[in-house]
Amino acid sequence: MTRKEVIYAVLVLAAFAVLAFIPSLPNSAAVLSLVIPITMYTVLATSWALFSGPTHYISLATAAFYGVGAYMMAPALEVMPYWMVLPIAALSGALLAALVGAMTLRLSGVYFVIFTLGLAEMVRQVITWYQNNFAGTRGNYVFVDINDAQIYWQLLALALLVYLVGWLINRSRLGFAIRIIGNDELVARHSGINTARAKILLFMVSGAFAAVVGAVMTPRFVYIEPAMAFNPEVSFLVVIMALLGGVHRLWGPLVGAIPFALTWEVIASNFPAQTVLLMGIAFLLVVYYIPSGVAGIMEKVYFRARQQRREVSHG
Amino acid sequence: MKTENSTCQTVQPLVPLCLRHAILGMVAGTLALSLTLGSALAQSSDPIRVGAVAPKTGALAGGAAVTFWPNIALWEQEVNADGGLLMEDGTRRPVQIIEYDDRTDPSETIRSVQRLANNDNADFIIAPYGTGLALAAAPIFDRLGYPMINVSAITDQVDTMTSRYDGVFFTLGETTPLAQGIAEQMVELRDAGEVGNRVAMVNVADAFGIELAQAAGVIFEQNGFDVVYNRSYPPTIQDVSPVMSSVIDANPDVFVAFSYPPDTFALTEAAQIQDLQVDAFYTAVATPFPSYRERFGDSINGVFGVGGVNPDSERFIEYEQAHIEVAGQGPDYWASAVTYASLEVLAQAIEGVGAPDRDAVTEYIKNNPFDTVMGEWVFEDQRINNYWTVGQWQDGKFHGIRATGDLEGAVEPIRKEGW
Repeated sequence: MTRKEVIYAVLVLAAFAVLAFIPSLPNSAAVLSLVIPITMYTVLATSWALFSGPTHYISLATAAFYGVGAYMMAPALEVMPYWMVLPIAALSGALLAALVGAMTLRLSGVYFVIFTLGLAEMVRQVITWYQNNFAGTRGNYVFVDINDAQIYWQLLALALLVYLVGWLINRSRLGFAIRIIGNDELVARHSGINTARAKILLFMVSGAFAAVVGAVMTPRFVYIEPAMAFNPEVSFLVVIMALLGGVHRLWGPLVGAIPFALTWEVIASNFPAQTVLLMGIAFLLVVYYIPSGVAGIMEKVYFRARQQRREVSHG
Repeated sequence: MKTENSTCQTVQPLVPLCLRHAILGMVAGTLALSLTLGSALAQSSDPIRVGAVAPKTGALAGGAAVTFWPNIALWEQEVNADGGLLMEDGTRRPVQIIEYDDRTDPSETIRSVQRLANNDNADFIIAPYGTGLALAAAPIFDRLGYPMINVSAITDQVDTMTSRYDGVFFTLGETTPLAQGIAEQMVELRDAGEVGNRVAMVNVADAFGIELAQAAGVIFEQNGFDVVYNRSYPPTIQDVSPVMSSVIDANPDVFVAFSYPPDTFALTEAAQIQDLQVDAFYTAVATPFPSYRERFGDSINGVFGVGGVNPDSERFIEYEQAHIEVAGQGPDYWASAVTYASLEVLAQAIEGVGAPDRDAVTEYIKNNPFDTVMGEWVFEDQRINNYWTVGQWQDGKFHGIRATGDLEGAVEPIRKEGW
């Protein structure tokens, strides 16, 4: 690690340490109901961008992974303690991603998008079919004593983990390979990179995170319905936030998720009947004015400032 | 780093900068104005503030538009027409409804309840619409100390919920008794020689349909019914005619469908077109909707459905009239009236206590009888145990014919004569 990286690592850890104290704020319940969705979408969007950022494959499968994690919590809790469910959820998400990846990552462009959109619906139908014929509806209820603060801490830990994993991937051979694939897949293949393997591995990482997030969120909802667990809106919001923030930086989705959630909050509390309409307009404005994402703007400002400083000092 | 720089440079402004600032300024101005207006209104009067969270968009928006929102509007109007709720000191305080759309997303339901409690200082919050959304909000109602009188939350976990959450009430019934109602009704009719022994069952493959089908299936089999057909179909089904063909091939005497609104209509239509001839025909949710009657007219005479009301009671007729006046549409013959009854409970409890004191209201609900459009309600273990399980269309009205307790107005079932 270079000195710069050490400084970054210390800063990030300090930021997380401060964030971990949010539940001890006065009136923390209200703050938590706002920051839990933000943290959740940050993890989902960042893990989404790990795969979709460098490869340019727009995946709409987040809801499928999230749903699998959410749905397995209730039946799993009947046979094992809570903490064991999380790694199993990660494993299931990764397995599903491997399966889907092996089938579809040879597809490109719009075919992949359409397939992933259908995936959430397909998994939902399979689970419903299984329940209908074998399991009954027992296992839709999650009664565990996990409060919002604990859910928030778990999400925060996941966020830290996703940054760590993202940083490790970026400096690994896999990260290098995936960047080449993103730039030109044909060149990558000719350089001897096993492109299918690299894409599938990264897709699995992304799927595992989404599944764990689904599992972590479940105790909050008490009751799990397929329509909620496999809500396609989750997939779309993740893509929107990641694009708003910018996918070329690990921290891009974070600066997308926060303003998005805050804007939504302002709209939802002032125009409760027109939320979706106004959000659509807000999104149009975003795409129109900041196509390279908030991260892009921040970097532009930063570079310009640095350039000016340089000119001044050299001037 | 070079790559990022180049992407930035490719972005060319398509609108002059000054115009962009003008647009942003307008948006910001509108937001600021609405914020100040909102808080100014809140301070100028002294109403009792009642929050309402339910879908206006998303999967459950259609159901909420029939069963939830019109009753909120009606209740607000009726209470305020009397000058408001009578307080201990003899004054009357009007109710003010604060509405939020949860977009059928449980995270948003939780968030909206928080917002109502913290930002809007709501005195009371009406239980959200839809089983999943309501159950997700129960912990937060409990933590914030708000009583929660659930209607559209049908679950078999009422015991667990009420033992965990002290101020949570249930009024519309539990899953298993609703399914048992129709199954036991069929057993009775068969033993009386009214219907045959062959039953065909279909259910929508969603939590609600699965749970009901299983509970009913057990009773049919225990009572020696011959279940000649038993299948589920996906909630997104577009064409039910293959399902109906298979049912007809199985030649049943009784047809039972644990269905949701779109498929309730589709199955009834298919049964008429393909001419399903049975002694008894049952579909579940949406059968008691006025739109069901409008669609099928007299042909549904004798059709069984879930739930019910006593449509001849004075209170119900009065309620139906007022509902039509306010909402422009009639109430459904099941959950609508129960929703209104739950609001009557809230109003009577607040007046009984004489102040918008949430803890006292919760205690009052537990310990007092209520006079509602559904008849007298007494909460036992935080739930209403007397509710309609089966109803039937008879001469253009959907009558309750079977209930878990003794309910006034139950009528004898009539025989269905073709379509």
